[in-house]
Amino acid sequence: MTEASGSGPAIEARGFSFWYGPRQALFGIDLAVARRTVTAIIGPSGCGKSTFLRSINRMNDLVPGARYQGSIGVEGMAALDRGTDMVTLRRRVGMVFQRPNPFPKSIFDNVAYGAKLNALVSKRELPDLVEQCLRQAALWDEVKDRLAQPATGLSGGQQQRLCIARALGNRPDVLLMDEPCSALDPIATQRIEELIFELKRQYTIVIVTHNMQQAARVSDMTAFFEAGRLVEFGVTTQIFTAPKETRTEAYITGRFG
Amino acid sequence: MNRVVWRRWKSRIMVSLLIASVLVAVAPLILILGTLIIRGAGSINFDFFTRMPAPAGEAGGGVAHAIVGTLLMVGTAGLIGLPLGIGAGVFCSEFPRSKLATTARFVADVMNGTPSIVIGVVAWTLIVARQKHFSGFAGSAALAMIMIPMVLRTTEEMIKLVPHSLREAALALGYPRWRTSLSVMVRTCLPGIVTGSLLAIARVAGETAPLLFTALGSQFMGTNLRQPIAALPLTVFTYATGPYDDWHRIAWATALVLIMVVLCLSLIARLATRQRFHD
Repeated sequence: MTEASGSGPAIEARGFSFWYGPRQALFGIDLAVARRTVTAIIGPSGCGKSTFLRSINRMNDLVPGARYQGSIGVEGMAALDRGTDMVTLRRRVGMVFQRPNPFPKSIFDNVAYGAKLNALVSKRELPDLVEQCLRQAALWDEVKDRLAQPATGLSGGQQQRLCIARALGNRPDVLLMDEPCSALDPIATQRIEELIFELKRQYTIVIVTHNMQQAARVSDMTAFFEAGRLVEFGVTTQIFTAPKETRTEAYITGRFG
Repeated sequence: MNRVVWRRWKSRIMVSLLIASVLVAVAPLILILGTLIIRGAGSINFDFFTRMPAPAGEAGGGVAHAIVGTLLMVGTAGLIGLPLGIGAGVFCSEFPRSKLATTARFVADVMNGTPSIVIGVVAWTLIVARQKHFSGFAGSAALAMIMIPMVLRTTEEMIKLVPHSLREAALALGYPRWRTSLSVMVRTCLPGIVTGSLLAIARVAGETAPLLFTALGSQFMGTNLRQPIAALPLTVFTYATGPYDDWHRIAWATALVLIMVVLCLSLIARLATRQRFHD
């Protein structure tokens, strides 16, 4: 499925800094994400964790006045280069947003959207791809009888899984998740977390979360951001049980943030 | 009287006042429709739609020439005005803070408040005075000038209603900006844009003043837009100000046809919007 091979990291940021107009949001981030792992980014509101995530597939290019320095490599592509083909980059880097945002189209069309654009499969194979993605997103059994119905009729949790299936439809290498459970109830959240656990066998996942229990449950590695700087990055169990930095400890024990 | 009872009475009084203002607000429409039906419905028959006007003083005849003229002229105005208006509206919503968009928005707002007779005079100066004769095309141009700012603003507002998250979703899937804009943003609010377009068409179909200086009107069947051409509102004007009773009857009937056309377009627009909420 993934063309990724070799031993280097799936995502590698080097000296990455980011500005919103005059305000600097990120300061020289160095971070390497290993292939087929789940990396959680935690930190207080406004620490730049979403900004970092959205820089990986260049969603921040939309923001007026956004500037950046340094480099981010994604599966060997220089994501930030001017000449980088955004269509290729974004095909290889799927994204799931804070709130489920299905297109006002049928369930089938939502999943087929990316594949159709990138002509990944022929028309005949499209139903197979859609089924495969919906199965991977643990949604197939719930929607297999109503693929032609509008996606907006699904529940919030189902919509979010549909958005994951839609991202998988592009056959990406990397999945970016920007607080994917913040609009969901605990049961829907649990399903997404189980799903993340399944998906990491095939995909490299980076998840931004406000919920530290969630980070502890789903991730292999955890990065703690504060005020635009990467304070600590390490194996999740170590970050949560024996953080090296006092600021990390202060945050995860709930003394601030 | 205790407090609760007084409160209940206050509520009743306010609701009655509101109902009264609604009734006063819709009364003119009912009066207009009622008068037109009473005075005009009697003269409407099959001939009215298919026949040419009878010679002055003779009874009977129809307004086929004006129906054809209005369809041609409004159709041409739509062909010019809708693509330009929708295109400009998409631009203004895609680049909302650009100088061009801010200027276009301001100009459109001013144009929307400009009396249509002024537009007619402008079209006369630009087209009729140069070509030295009245023409249906000049009429279409004047109507298009009225449509463009209306359609621009509704298109922009409709696209603005599409959640930003849908744009992000499409971009994150690798859609180039232009395809995101067309196949997600415009596609999602298409019923709204169609509604706005239909309302703009309905609005210009009833315009009279700009046509007085441009299309002029005609008593003959004409399909050549380079010549003066008849139109329903112009026919109402001509017949209503004429000396014969029979002409007055035709004027009422024509006005009824015109308002029916406008009502039908509004109804279609309503249905199109309703479809949107069922999706």
